Amino acid sequence: MTAAPPGPVLEVTGLAKRFRADRAPVFANVSLRLAAGEYVAVMGESGVGKSTLLNLIAGLDRPDAGSVCVGGAELTTLDDDGATVLRRRQMGFVFQAFHVLPYLTVAQNVSLPLDLLGVSRQEVAARAAAMLTAVGLGSAAARWPRELSGGELQRIAIARALVHRPRLVLADEPTGNLDPRSATQVLALLREQVRAAGGGGLLITHSLAAARTADRVLVLSAQGLEPLA
Amino acid sequence: MKAQVRLWWRLWCAQWRAGPVRMLVPVIALALGVSLATAVQLVNRSALAEFEQAARRLSGDADLVVRGPVAGFQEGLYPLIARVPGVAVASPVLELHVTLADRREPLQVIALDPLRAAQLQPRLLGELAGERRAFFAPDRIFLSARAADTLGVRSGDRIEVLVGSSRRSLEVAGQLSAAAYPRAVGLMDIAAAQWRLDRLGVLTRIDLRVARGADIDTVRAAVARHLPPGMSVAAPAVDDARLASASRAYRVNLTMLALVAVLTGAFLVFAAQALSLLRRRPALALLRALGVTRGGLARALAAEGVVVGLIGATIGFMAGVALARWMLGAVAGDLGAGQLESLSGALIVGPGDATAFILLGAAMGGAAAWLPGREAATQPVAQALRAGDASAAFARVRSWRIGGAVTGTGVVLALLPPVQGLPVFGYASIGALLLGGVLLAPAAAGGLLGRWPAPRAAEARLAIAQLRGSSARTAIGFAAIIVSFSLMVAMAIMVHSFRESFIAWLDQALPADLQLRLGQGGGSATLDAAGQEAAREVEGVARVEFRRSRPLVLRREAVPVQLVAMEIGEGGVPALTIVKDGGPVPGTPAWISEAMEDLYRWRTGEHVTLPLGGGHTLAVTIAGVFRDYGRSGGSVVVPRAAYVEAGGDSAANEALVWLHRGAAADVVVAALHARLGIGEALQVRTTGEVRERSLRSFDRAFAITYALEAIAVFIGLLGVGVAAASTALSRRAEFGMLRHLGLLRRQVVAMLAEEGLLTGAIGTGCALLLGGVLSLVLVHVVNRQSFLWSIDLAVPWGTLAMLSAVLVVSAAAAALIGGRAAAGGDAIRAVREDW
Ligand SMILES: Nc1ncnc2c1ncn2[C@@H]1O[C@H](COP(=O)(O)OP(=O)(O)OP(=O)(O)O)[C@@H](O)[C@H]1O
Ligand SMILES: [Mg+2]
Repeated sequence: MTAAPPGPVLEVTGLAKRFRADRAPVFANVSLRLAAGEYVAVMGESGVGKSTLLNLIAGLDRPDAGSVCVGGAELTTLDDDGATVLRRRQMGFVFQAFHVLPYLTVAQNVSLPLDLLGVSRQEVAARAAAMLTAVGLGSAAARWPRELSGGELQRIAIARALVHRPRLVLADEPTGNLDPRSATQVLALLREQVRAAGGGGLLITHSLAAARTADRVLVLSAQGLEPLA
Repeated sequence: MKAQVRLWWRLWCAQWRAGPVRMLVPVIALALGVSLATAVQLVNRSALAEFEQAARRLSGDADLVVRGPVAGFQEGLYPLIARVPGVAVASPVLELHVTLADRREPLQVIALDPLRAAQLQPRLLGELAGERRAFFAPDRIFLSARAADTLGVRSGDRIEVLVGSSRRSLEVAGQLSAAAYPRAVGLMDIAAAQWRLDRLGVLTRIDLRVARGADIDTVRAAVARHLPPGMSVAAPAVDDARLASASRAYRVNLTMLALVAVLTGAFLVFAAQALSLLRRRPALALLRALGVTRGGLARALAAEGVVVGLIGATIGFMAGVALARWMLGAVAGDLGAGQLESLSGALIVGPGDATAFILLGAAMGGAAAWLPGREAATQPVAQALRAGDASAAFARVRSWRIGGAVTGTGVVLALLPPVQGLPVFGYASIGALLLGGVLLAPAAAGGLLGRWPAPRAAEARLAIAQLRGSSARTAIGFAAIIVSFSLMVAMAIMVHSFRESFIAWLDQALPADLQLRLGQGGGSATLDAAGQEAAREVEGVARVEFRRSRPLVLRREAVPVQLVAMEIGEGGVPALTIVKDGGPVPGTPAWISEAMEDLYRWRTGEHVTLPLGGGHTLAVTIAGVFRDYGRSGGSVVVPRAAYVEAGGDSAANEALVWLHRGAAADVVVAALHARLGIGEALQVRTTGEVRERSLRSFDRAFAITYALEAIAVFIGLLGVGVAAASTALSRRAEFGMLRHLGLLRRQVVAMLAEEGLLTGAIGTGCALLLGGVLSLVLVHVVNRQSFLWSIDLAVPWGTLAMLSAVLVVSAAAAALIGGRAAAGGDAIRAVREDW
């Protein structure tokens, strides 16, 4: 939002997570560094812990060990409220299921993060409209989610993730529900918008083609994060 | 903060626009809950206000009242008391019940010194302002409008009263308006009454007004020093025996019903809020992911609950007032078996009530949203977003341990003694047991469902799987049924038990063919020895057993106890329902009612001395305890021979009459009337008639109970329907998916009906069980402590079976109706909504 402070957008070191004591940990030692303007893809087998990693980075779950640093703030030392406020200001989310509220119009859905931040009405309207135009849905502002296609809904989700210019965008299989053509469109859009916002982006995907749209591709396994061979 | 409030408001309005029906469900539930509570409370209060007003009018505005034995005390005491320092006004009163020549019921007469009484009871005498002089005339009486009405007389007419065995005539000098004096009563000048009613020199009460600035307790102590033994001075209290016991029975009923109303209402609100939040869990999780804090979310949800509460309570209050008005109008005549004399649909509602009930509704809405709101705010966000499932919700609340602890507390509370004669802990126990049952039932139901054999039909299998899977929803469905039905079961068992015990008691108390009574409620008419002999000689009469029944003052502040002197044969007392038999005792035996055990702590085998008045006493040994549904204030039965010998009178005012074989009852009744010549004050009834009348008045006393209970159950059923509808609404996407899978619409509906049926059947089973336990508390704790008499448990199996069937069918129907709406039309498209 404001002038980007120097240093990485995201710094993850030695992260470990285990759900149940009687089972092996999901992963034991994950480290990752994301510079401003960098857009990284993470791949891995199903069940290896990609979504878990994303949740830890977002502060939606707690690691057993290691640290997560977002924009210079150490997430693991924050309480739930602190993490929530950090999320509100600095992060944007795109989910596999679109999670667009059915009872709000397209423009209202996109405005949600700005409303939460207490931005003035006029500015909200202007920024939401600009964001919708940027994702190619400028004319759909007054429509209802039920009237849109899956690809269009995901573009709205992207607009919602970026409208408040977060420093870090987290996307968990954003194209999992889309046809290849829409997928290509959405991925291009996501990359373009993350760059425009000047923050970092983390894309989780199963598709190599999708991963190749990123600057770097990493693979998650029980051993940790490795660059794609 | 302000931004979030604005955002929340916008989200809320958007939800209303998008799905008004969904959003309306909690509002309707809240309105139902508040209307039920409002209606019962308003009826309750109007009735109690009536009792209190009647009591207050009797004692006027006195600060202290000096009392003696029921027979009265010598007026020589009056000047002494009037001169005690600190006493500003002393007003002598003679209160008595006189038997009217042509009426069964006695007339209460209050005789006053008009000049002094005017200072203490301005309301009472204000109306007589112009007629003070008429008041002093020796044979004049003023009647309340009600008394004049019942007696069918107007000013200038004369009424005949019986004093001992002779008649006196009084002129009706005027009427007191119903507003000033709602009960049937006559007012006389005290000197005239003492003379004309044979009470020369006697007072029954002195009302005192304490001088301004004087301390009431100090004055009371000073007055007490002047009182001979057997007299007391105290602040005025509700002390009319009939009034007190009627009001008590009535209070117990209404308190129980108010409890039902409040619990059912509160539960409805809670269930509606919980269901609505359950439905919105994924959307709330999204807001959390977007940066709404836990506290912010919980507060917003609570605030939303308050707003829903305000709207619902406003609607509910208006509906409740209408309901109360209707109830008072429809059943006022039958309230408390006609004990409430002037409850003519006078509903008392003020602006304060509206504020109180609406605020209460708002608080209920907020509180009901608080727990599920906190639950929703603290749920793991990642998980809720992932599956969108609510099965983990309320896991903490649903444990055996909490339910067991609450139930245990309920059991312990049931064992505690009453507080100032009221079964406070009994009611608390019922509340705790109910809550414990609600907490335990889902776990029990879960165990049952887990063992349920898998049915063949796909939709039936789905129904069971859904009940097992979404335990939070299922738990709320069960709880709705349990709350509304178990209390009803408990009330039904209690009333049935009471009725059965009452019938058994009645049959035992009526061994003869005819029952003869003079006057009622301690009237002044009696039969002397000659009269008794005359009755024995009537054609067709085989045997007569005379009794003397009169009040006995054992403790001054308490309601007088009834002393009954009756003939007692070798084998004890066949007309009494003995609950404790102490066997043969030395000396004169006496039997006491259960209330005597509680009120005076008398025990079998104990020796007591009964003060008969006029310096006479009767020493007795307690030989047993009997059940007495006729008087809750306590009664003592002694052998008539011993009573007469001890200096009690030989007159009689009750008798049991056995007829010769073949004698016609109505002929004998007519002959008795002709022979004794007492007119209507003599009441002779056949046993069948007495039995029938008593049962009718018993049923009338419980009419209001049934009416209110029916309303509570109806609203409970509506709650079940609301819960079913809201569940069905929240499962639209699931139905759509099932339709996609190829389930016919008919099959979806069948699945819902089966779910409803199962929920209804298991819920009803649990409710029956819990209701049985609650009825034990009602019968053995609440009833015993309120009325001081025992009841034998009797279960109305037929009624319960019928009610259960109705409930199960209604639950299935509610699920079906809610489901049809949700499964029809655009359900297939609903699968596109990803919640
Ligand atoms: N709340 C939870 N409780 C217990 N185990 C969990 C929980 N969440 C995830 N897991 C387990 O952790 C592992 C990683 O799950 P995660 O969802 O992170 O996988 P993923 O890499 O995102 O898989 P996919 O590519 O299929 O989405 C899985 O084995 C999963 O079963
Ligand atoms: Mg995943």
